[in-house]
Amino acid sequence: MTNTKTLAGALLLTTSFGSMAMAQTELTMWYHGGGNEVESAIITQIVDDFNAGQADWMVTVESFPQGSYNDSVVAGALAGNLPCILDVDGPVMPNWAWAGYMQPLPISDAAIEGHLESTIGRWGGEVYSVGLWEAAVALYARQSTLDELGLRTPTLDSPWTLEEFMGALEAAKASGKYEYAFDPGMAWTGEWYPYAFSPFLQSFGGDIVDRSTYQTADGVLNGDAGLAFGAWWQSLFTEGYAPGTSQDPADRDTGFIDGKYAFSWNGNWAGVATLDGGVEDVVFLPAPDFGNGSVIGAGSWQFGASGTCAHPEGVAAFVEHALQDKYLAAFSDGIGLIPSTTEGAALTANYNAGGALEPFFGLSEAQALVRPVSPGYVVAAKVFEKALADIANGADVADTLDAAVDEIDADIERNGGYGH
Amino acid sequence: MASKLTTSNRAGWGFALPGFGLITLFIVVPFFFAFFLSLTNQRLISPNPTEFVGLDNYSNLLSIRVLSIEPVVNDAGDIVRDADGNPEYPRVRDFTRNNPDYPQYDGMREWFRWHSGETAKVVVATDVVFWKSLRNTLMFVLVVAPVQGTLALGLALLINQRLRGINIYRAIYFMPVVVSIVVVSLLWRFLYAEEGLLNNILGALSFGMFEGRDWLGDPDTALGAIEAMSIWQAVGFHMVIWLSGLQTISPTLYEASSIEGASKWQTFRYVTWPGLRNTAILVLIVITMQAFALFAQVDIMTSGGPLDSTTTVVHQTVVRGYGKQDISGASTISVILFLLVLSISLIQRYLTREK
Repeated sequence: MTNTKTLAGALLLTTSFGSMAMAQTELTMWYHGGGNEVESAIITQIVDDFNAGQADWMVTVESFPQGSYNDSVVAGALAGNLPCILDVDGPVMPNWAWAGYMQPLPISDAAIEGHLESTIGRWGGEVYSVGLWEAAVALYARQSTLDELGLRTPTLDSPWTLEEFMGALEAAKASGKYEYAFDPGMAWTGEWYPYAFSPFLQSFGGDIVDRSTYQTADGVLNGDAGLAFGAWWQSLFTEGYAPGTSQDPADRDTGFIDGKYAFSWNGNWAGVATLDGGVEDVVFLPAPDFGNGSVIGAGSWQFGASGTCAHPEGVAAFVEHALQDKYLAAFSDGIGLIPSTTEGAALTANYNAGGALEPFFGLSEAQALVRPVSPGYVVAAKVFEKALADIANGADVADTLDAAVDEIDADIERNGGYGH
Repeated sequence: MASKLTTSNRAGWGFALPGFGLITLFIVVPFFFAFFLSLTNQRLISPNPTEFVGLDNYSNLLSIRVLSIEPVVNDAGDIVRDADGNPEYPRVRDFTRNNPDYPQYDGMREWFRWHSGETAKVVVATDVVFWKSLRNTLMFVLVVAPVQGTLALGLALLINQRLRGINIYRAIYFMPVVVSIVVVSLLWRFLYAEEGLLNNILGALSFGMFEGRDWLGDPDTALGAIEAMSIWQAVGFHMVIWLSGLQTISPTLYEASSIEGASKWQTFRYVTWPGLRNTAILVLIVITMQAFALFAQVDIMTSGGPLDSTTTVVHQTVVRGYGKQDISGASTISVILFLLVLSISLIQRYLTREK
């Protein structure tokens, strides 16, 4: 009986699907998760459900490896060959919106209500992109390490101060049990540097650019707070607390699990691997407060409509479909990301109340600060990355930050202020 | 000459057309395009219109000056000295940042300095990274061209013998050339790692006397490490070119010289080397040009670091053009590199001309 019903349902579905496909307008979508099977399976599922569930749009996915995704989009845009639905990294979105590669997303307010603010990409007062998930960074440690070294467990309300943090590193170093006390993740070049390390600078009171005008970095990157940050950053390496820029990427991935490092500055995506790796007493500590509050980076991959797309309403329909809690939960369970709604979080294995990674949801809500929302961020991020690498390698702090400021300012000027 | 090219030579031009067409489309046109872009403020992506800026890009890149800094003097008129007795100097940033007395140095940074008496002579440039990349590239060429050329000749002489199984050695020496440079670079990164094979071998050979060092993480050794790896990787290619040269030398010359009682060195000096003249010119020019184009190894092994000690001219064009979206700046570097390679090739042609 049930079998017959299912068969009839399936027949009905396939026949109606076949006739619907004729009327559906095709929308191409580019996605950054090429090569990741779990991720591909989830996104394919979402697209298949969407195509089968309505009669207007037919989405097809093309996946790219993350490392070359941004280059592919820029190349595609220069060749006038962008897909309709674009997947975009949060901090890059203003650059593409400003350049005309993206257009505002006509999504209803109801669809994004209750989402973490940092998962919604706004530029010029309009919503351009919406994300299904957020990412957060925490200070990984073992409870046993904290107990052995006699350290207070920091909390969201009362994080470690600069003195407490350096005291913890000194204690870990003095114990002689670790190759390095602290692993900031220098092996992960690229966007990791501004994403993970600019919050330290912001906690000192500086920033990559002056967010009141977005026209200069002078005084914020190389001001007193910036210099204090730079001196502290350099001391991590000169005092032997942290491995430098030539860190082996394999050590970055497994060094904390293997017990080489006492503390590791890492994202929520590494949480599952750490638990599976046998670190059962891992604790996810909030970022230290260096004087101006605890800060972590925010903004992850989001979906939006490309500038040349003739059917932004179709894109909005797809994004609204993808924002269902069950898909947020699927991504979270599949690849460990933080769902962008509390309802989605409740459905997940790791972020529900009492889940292993629940602390990250709290960190994201309490400490997250998006990277500068400016088209110029793309270039400023590269300059910042190089400056931090140079300082870690022993370059003069003031000279390096001055040079970074000059380069950022010159770039902003060459771009006519980037439309702020 | 001109008539030969133009009259009743349709078939010749027809055959040349595909080659000429492709070279024009992909080399000549892009070069003029780059030259044009270097005079503008073109960005990789921007809604702003492209503007003509004259030679601004060139002056930003090439401005370089020498700044003389006197030591700090205290109230009594004595030079302030640090614990080691060296005079102390005011910081360069006091002169180069917002100092209306020294407008000519505004925005410049220190590249290097030397001392003349108590005065510090500081070389300051607007774009220190570019000058460092130029220096690194020239250092790379100066080391790689002679060493790789000589090693390749040595290998070619060794394998140019009629021995059983010599083809196996030819294949072994040639193998690195066939493997992708990306793969080779990744493998050598592991070899050079602090706990890598190289340090282990050196430690074992010196009975533990040698302490492992971070070859690619140290500004003093990073460029040398890349040079050594690059020489190893491409030496087989030039070996084959030398080998083809060696095999064009007539065996009768060798027979004659052995009848005359020539020593091995005399045979090489007076028979082999003169016969390799044109091959030598080719190898030298090819190595020089390839060395100037150094990019993949740097990008994979060090990304130009640490402290710009391995960044090269081509690496800078990519970093700026794509990473920092500054197409005009990258084009300017390309044009300068083109002129540099052209002039060096012309000098080489002149020095190795038939007298």
